[in-house]
Amino acid sequence: MASGVVPVSVGNISTKTGISAAVLIAALILSALGAVTWRAEGGLTLNPSDWAAVRFTIWQAMWSAFFSCLLAVPVARAMARRRFWGRSFLITLLGAPFLLPVIVAVLGLLAIFGRSGLLNDALTLIGFETVSIYGLHGVVLAHVFFNLPLATRLLLQGWQSVPAEQFRLSAQLGTPPSMVFQLIEKPLLLRSLPGAFALVFVICLTSFAVALTLGGGPRATTIELAIYQAFRFDFDLGRAAVLSLVQLGVAGGAAVLAFWLVPQITFGAGLDRMQQRWDVRGGVSLALDRGIIGLAAAFLILPLAAITLSGLRGLSDVPWGVWGTAWTSLWVALVSVVVLLCLALPLAGWVAATRKGSVEAVGLLGLAASPLMIGTGWFILIFPYADPADWALVVTIVVNALMALPFALRILVPTLRETATTYGRLSQALGLKGLRLWVWVLLPRARPQIGFAAGLAGALSVGDLGVVALFSDPDRATLPLQMYRLMGSYRTEAAAGAALILLVLAFGVFWIMDYWGRKNAIAE
Amino acid sequence: MKYLAFAAGVLTASSAIAETPELIVYTYDSFVSDWGPGPAVEKAFEETCACDLKLVGAGDGAALLARVKLEGARSDADIVMGLDTNLTAAAKETGLFTTHSVSAEYTLPIAWTDDTFAPYDWGYFAFVHNVGDAVPTNFKALGASDKKIVIQDPRSSTPGLGLLMWVKAAYGAEADAIWAGLADNIVTVTPGWSEAYGLFLEGEADMVLSYTTSPAYHLIAEEDATKAAAPFDEGHYLQIEVAGKLKASDQPELADQFLAFMVSEAFQTIIPTTNWMYPAVTPAAGLPAGFETLVTPDKSLLIPEAEAAAVRDAALAEWQAALSQ
Repeated sequence: MASGVVPVSVGNISTKTGISAAVLIAALILSALGAVTWRAEGGLTLNPSDWAAVRFTIWQAMWSAFFSCLLAVPVARAMARRRFWGRSFLITLLGAPFLLPVIVAVLGLLAIFGRSGLLNDALTLIGFETVSIYGLHGVVLAHVFFNLPLATRLLLQGWQSVPAEQFRLSAQLGTPPSMVFQLIEKPLLLRSLPGAFALVFVICLTSFAVALTLGGGPRATTIELAIYQAFRFDFDLGRAAVLSLVQLGVAGGAAVLAFWLVPQITFGAGLDRMQQRWDVRGGVSLALDRGIIGLAAAFLILPLAAITLSGLRGLSDVPWGVWGTAWTSLWVALVSVVVLLCLALPLAGWVAATRKGSVEAVGLLGLAASPLMIGTGWFILIFPYADPADWALVVTIVVNALMALPFALRILVPTLRETATTYGRLSQALGLKGLRLWVWVLLPRARPQIGFAAGLAGALSVGDLGVVALFSDPDRATLPLQMYRLMGSYRTEAAAGAALILLVLAFGVFWIMDYWGRKNAIAE
Repeated sequence: MKYLAFAAGVLTASSAIAETPELIVYTYDSFVSDWGPGPAVEKAFEETCACDLKLVGAGDGAALLARVKLEGARSDADIVMGLDTNLTAAAKETGLFTTHSVSAEYTLPIAWTDDTFAPYDWGYFAFVHNVGDAVPTNFKALGASDKKIVIQDPRSSTPGLGLLMWVKAAYGAEADAIWAGLADNIVTVTPGWSEAYGLFLEGEADMVLSYTTSPAYHLIAEEDATKAAAPFDEGHYLQIEVAGKLKASDQPELADQFLAFMVSEAFQTIIPTTNWMYPAVTPAAGLPAGFETLVTPDKSLLIPEAEAAAVRDAALAEWQAALSQ
């Protein structure tokens, strides 16, 4: 069963490339911050309403991460224990909410939970009071919608990292479920939960449109909105820089804390058999698992179905030009996946090789940095030398890759660490190191994770409005930008159609890469 | 030989481009989008100027000003088009703009005398609702009613800021009481106009802050007469969109030519059904059919640009305090 602390013998993963990648990432982000600070004229101070924003931001991010992770535990557990028709599709679908542009997801949620949504219609029908989604609970609900699936997949990955033999052994010994929890599931949760929590916390930290729209008013001002205000309402670059720094500090602090908490647990090697769970075959637990999976699926699928329906209605109104931007978005996404993997793999190797999990926090910088701050900072840097519009897509590619990096690390690190621990000695004995170690040992074992990470990065990039809006140029529009433009010119139905194209495209990219990873995967 | 021909082709092509002067106009994003006035304006101006007109989109009005400040005197832009009277004072303070030589018979609700910025279109802010709903006729009645409204955040949206100024212009010192009354009517505050309008169309609210000209879009483009703007008896706040010439422009004559073109018939006829605003100079043929159905306020409100900045900060603090309780 799960052994305690095991010394990690991973001397043979080269850390040089990983460290260079980390330095590069830090440099990209800090140079932007530096550029903004350099251009600031006033002092670097915050006002009381900024502090209120900081408090609200941390508060909502804590609750959002808490509920996302809390609910993900039973869902992941049920999914790990059961094999059913459509399971594979459901797992893929778990990636979907996450890659939607914010406004599309919000409209989908409102179709279910809004004032004239399905839930309130149903409540009225059976004679109950209607409920309002607007407020802190609405913000948390939306963030759970975005992040529960992600947390579930990260935990599910934890379950899959347990060698199948261990569950078989528990079944043979007739170990009761509570004991299985103590011996296998608790350690695996201890190992995966802190990282998942930190990741969701940081995602929610930079939330802006969701928090404001569903928060119901200026109470729900987040740091990101304060940064936005400082940039464009007050043109106070100093304040924007300080706020960005606070955001980075909070995210970094949370990440370091979470990764420091992650215990070094390993489950030992198995024979990579398919997990088959003889230990939980029927009865109450089966009914319970079915209920949990059903509820989670409904929570995910209903808003997506609403988006699809309104998208189908608007599809015929979508102008031809929008399809062209879909192509731009697609190649931008593919290039950012390549950039991402070039950064993430060495970095993950380094994180896996060192015993200090807290270095993974470097990866979170990209997500914690305000896109507006990065965009503006790089704008200041590029402007004296070139037309920023010419660089719009390059910047978008790099920013998208940086934003996807923490996800990729969270997905890759546990597997690489496990592989390094279990196969480290053998590889060392065989003299495998450097590139050959990657090709023969690390990459094949991490294939499902690489597929998942690449899919997530590609889809995020397709769906993200990102910094392209800052540098915008009529000839270099991406699909999300074009969708926002349709909305901004009253063409709401066509915008819904464009959102559907976006959803299908993002989901397609995700599915293809994720499927590639999971196809013939050793421990599905 | 093939390479030589290719090289020659490239050289002649690039020298041809170099001979055509380029005029760069910074504007807001929805102006340059395929559905905005941009494409038609570009075509019409290039027919007359023997130049290349490059329209560059940069967020919305406020983001546009931030961009100009960020680039300073080294900006490639010759003209900035899309600021409104809430931003013009701050824009002049940068010292980056120079005076214009445009004169026209403006059909604005107020007299226009500014020598730095010339207007190209205007509109009134208003709450848009579904035809058939009984709607309140002023802010006090709205606050007392159970109507649900969606508004935009003044910190991130031009209409949101417009509403702030509207309430301030109509009620002055009483504005905080008006906001306190409205607090329970506000379903939510969105970052931008698109989100708010989308929520309204989805049925999340009875009314949304937009323009008196919004129903014209539904009527003319969608043949849908179910949307209307509610006339308020305090008067409606004006938004006047303007353009100005940058001091550092390397094409000053062409810039003057563009500003003159901007208030001419060719440009002004494009505005109503692409930007969905009133043209600054009504074209000889009048406004497009459908515009006559729009609400025309009896009274126009506008805070003078010199006071706008000071009023803005005080009004924002009031707004935040009233809605944060």
